[in-house]
Amino acid sequence: MSAHASEHKTMNLTLIVWRQAGPNDPGRFETYQARNITEHHSFLEMLDVVNEDLIREGKDPIAFDHDCREGICGMCSAVVNGVPHGGQKRTTLCQLHMRTFKDGDAIYLEPWRARAFPILRDLVVDRGALDKLIQAAGYVSCHTGGVPDGNAILVGKREADYAMDAAECIGCGACVAACPNGAAMLFAGAKVSQLAALPQGQVEAPDRVAAMVAAMAENGFGNCSNHYECEAACPKGISVKFIARMNREFMKALFLDKIGALPKPSASAG
Amino acid sequence: MTLDGKAPTGRIQDSWDTHRFESLKLVNPANKRKYKILVVGTGLAGASAAASFGEMGYNVEAFCYQDSPRRAHSIAAQGGINAAKNYPNDGDSIYRLFYDTIKGGDFRAREADVWRLAQVSNDIIDQCVAQGVPFARDYAGYLDNRSFGGAQVSRTFYARGQTGQQLLLGAYSALSRQIKAGTVKMFPRTEMLDLVVVDGEAKGITVRDLVTGEIRCHVGDAVVLATGGYVNVFYLSTNAMGCSVTAIWKAHKRGAFLANPCYTQIHPTCIPQAGDYQSKLTLMSESLRNDGRIWVPKKKEDCKKPPNEIPEEDRDYYLERKYPSFGNLAPRDIASRAAKEQCDEGRGVGPGGRGVYLDFGAAIKRLGENVIRERYGNLFEMYERITAENAYQRPMRMYPAPHYSMGGLWVDYDLMSNLPGLFVIGEANFSVHGANRLGASALMQGLADGYFVIPYTIAGYLAQTKPGKVKADAAECARSIADVKANAEQLLSVNGKKTVTEFIRELGTLMWNNVGMARSEQSLGETLRKIPAIREDFWKNVKVTGKGAELNQQLENAGRTADFIEFAELLARDALHRNESCGGHFRVEHQYPDGEAKRDDANFTYSAAWEFKGVGKEPELHKEPLEFENVHLAVRSYK
Repeated sequence: MSAHASEHKTMNLTLIVWRQAGPNDPGRFETYQARNITEHHSFLEMLDVVNEDLIREGKDPIAFDHDCREGICGMCSAVVNGVPHGGQKRTTLCQLHMRTFKDGDAIYLEPWRARAFPILRDLVVDRGALDKLIQAAGYVSCHTGGVPDGNAILVGKREADYAMDAAECIGCGACVAACPNGAAMLFAGAKVSQLAALPQGQVEAPDRVAAMVAAMAENGFGNCSNHYECEAACPKGISVKFIARMNREFMKALFLDKIGALPKPSASAG
Repeated sequence: MTLDGKAPTGRIQDSWDTHRFESLKLVNPANKRKYKILVVGTGLAGASAAASFGEMGYNVEAFCYQDSPRRAHSIAAQGGINAAKNYPNDGDSIYRLFYDTIKGGDFRAREADVWRLAQVSNDIIDQCVAQGVPFARDYAGYLDNRSFGGAQVSRTFYARGQTGQQLLLGAYSALSRQIKAGTVKMFPRTEMLDLVVVDGEAKGITVRDLVTGEIRCHVGDAVVLATGGYVNVFYLSTNAMGCSVTAIWKAHKRGAFLANPCYTQIHPTCIPQAGDYQSKLTLMSESLRNDGRIWVPKKKEDCKKPPNEIPEEDRDYYLERKYPSFGNLAPRDIASRAAKEQCDEGRGVGPGGRGVYLDFGAAIKRLGENVIRERYGNLFEMYERITAENAYQRPMRMYPAPHYSMGGLWVDYDLMSNLPGLFVIGEANFSVHGANRLGASALMQGLADGYFVIPYTIAGYLAQTKPGKVKADAAECARSIADVKANAEQLLSVNGKKTVTEFIRELGTLMWNNVGMARSEQSLGETLRKIPAIREDFWKNVKVTGKGAELNQQLENAGRTADFIEFAELLARDALHRNESCGGHFRVEHQYPDGEAKRDDANFTYSAAWEFKGVGKEPELHKEPLEFENVHLAVRSYK
């Protein structure tokens, strides 16, 4: 297959990459060259090429998160030229292809930067805070077994499609990284909306929204001030209408007296 | 040794219910919390099992190598999940799903296990709906179905092109609920690197914390492996980058039998490879074959022409021609081989002539572009992002790619391996798919095992064992930790000249060329001669930078690659020993004149379970005979 790589025109790029050995080490930018990259390389395959060169030189390769490389697992996460996932609409970093760059380009690479996501190494961050939000109440509390037939409770196509629009979230955290407040409102709003739209999730809807809003504050996320950077950065195009839905669900819960005193953001998280 | 799968006897329709009542003991609710279960892997099988154990009151520790359990590769399954609901009233039944799965697997799976899978398939759909999984619905609010390969009924439930994602998020949410409740303790970014066996029973695992590099031992009363498949042994596959054979290989090296490793599935519709640098292949859902028609040019000289310039009469819709009753929905192994055959004859399209067209032109004309966009929009977008081609205007190019492993650790009917206390579920075991898996059945198996089988069968083992028998200070734990540490130090100390990627590429290319879609005595013999050389070269020449006590992705990859190299030898050996063709295992010596796979039922109606005897040493073969009492062994025909 090597013949095909040579059929394509190749490009050389300069990468300016955030390097940080560990959570408590100071970070800095380092400059590397990416050579002989074709337009068919994905962004992460371009990074593979750079890392192979670094290893051969005996240097530590750039650590970055990635797994499925087909845009669905939500593991890949880096800010490219200031934009999470690199700014191609509805595209994760692993699906961004080098045909969107040109020979000689300089590319800045940084990790997700948010109070709730401590840096572990280079471009790898700890997104456990998002799991904490789901653990707070992002589920329907049904046990295994003992549930009704799948067709026993009808779900309108409109509601099912709306729930699916929200459920497409891959939990990558780009919305948090893009938000000037480091808020997880789009992530939480999508889950609250998905489950509130379905009859199966409606019973717990007020308690769910109360618990998830409280968990956002506890885990170091900021609040929404309507910048909409989250939707712009979201590789799945999750709409900010789900934030509005969460706010409405929160108001409902307030009237139902489900909202206790919300915790203040912890000092350590700041 | 002849292995006993302990499948229940008697009427198959009653087998699971009878077995649950008569053979499986229960653990008293108050005693459940005294038992600790270790679950490795949090995909559909692992997450659903861990959540169910937690709900039942067991003490659970769950492990995954990703940063969150929500990212396991089950998430990438696109098309759907099968169940025998018969909602469309098109003649489906538990019996038919059972029959299709046995036949689809080319008569190489245990009947009772497959029956149970078909039986609980309906419960899975109900469970997922209750969790808030947004399955596709029709305008009246009922669940919608579509068709998949190897079946003539519509039994596949789906959530757009992201069914695996939605089912996994359902299981992940159930797991999250148990983490919050404190019944499950979750260890993300943690990789299992050894199985701890005490007095012949699995009682713990040794893991590496992928952030700090700490190597430590966890002990429990039972270990459940749900660590997925091994087709990254071919390097380029549809699996995630982190998918590896490591967990099941380490268990194999500690005594667990590995069964039918040569049964690997090559998925017919993947985006063809574009260059050497490529790190993975991307699958396009089998559901596309509901509306897409597969063809190649009849004349070799047309292959370089733009497809729309090739007139209808010069196109060969070879699946429709060869398999008129199943057409484009022929099973995966058959569709993959047919594509390879066309390309080998010089009628392939695209770079290197390794591609066939998947054409939506007729469907767009019949249904309109909007309907096609509604059904498959996300897949068309994905195709365009990767290839820069618009599939609404020109047919997609497809080529087969390694996708799934039917083989895995040997388990009995209770999903327990030959090592008491070691259970294996989902793709990691060998149980239900025989020599070929039908589309939309992997999700079904993962959730069947996790929600509805292992919660019962594990009690049968635990009820007969005293809780907390093995403590963390056991000598076996210390030995295991020392072994894992020594292995890591060895990898770091070689300091050779070749990167880990160079080795896995070399191995993968050898395996794909010689042990891929077509295998022969000659190609397998050559492979078995070459692998030891790769292994030796690896331990002399690999270069791994950095230290053990830090986040070190090269060290992770090096360990996985070392295991793949050892495992590849077993895979090739199994393929050589199985001197017949069946399902995904195609030996060129054994085919009918029309190129179909030719089984040898007289000699090979058994599962081959291999026992480890040392690296580079010949493993010992144990056979589990397969008996077919409900489905007659027949030549598998989709014509």
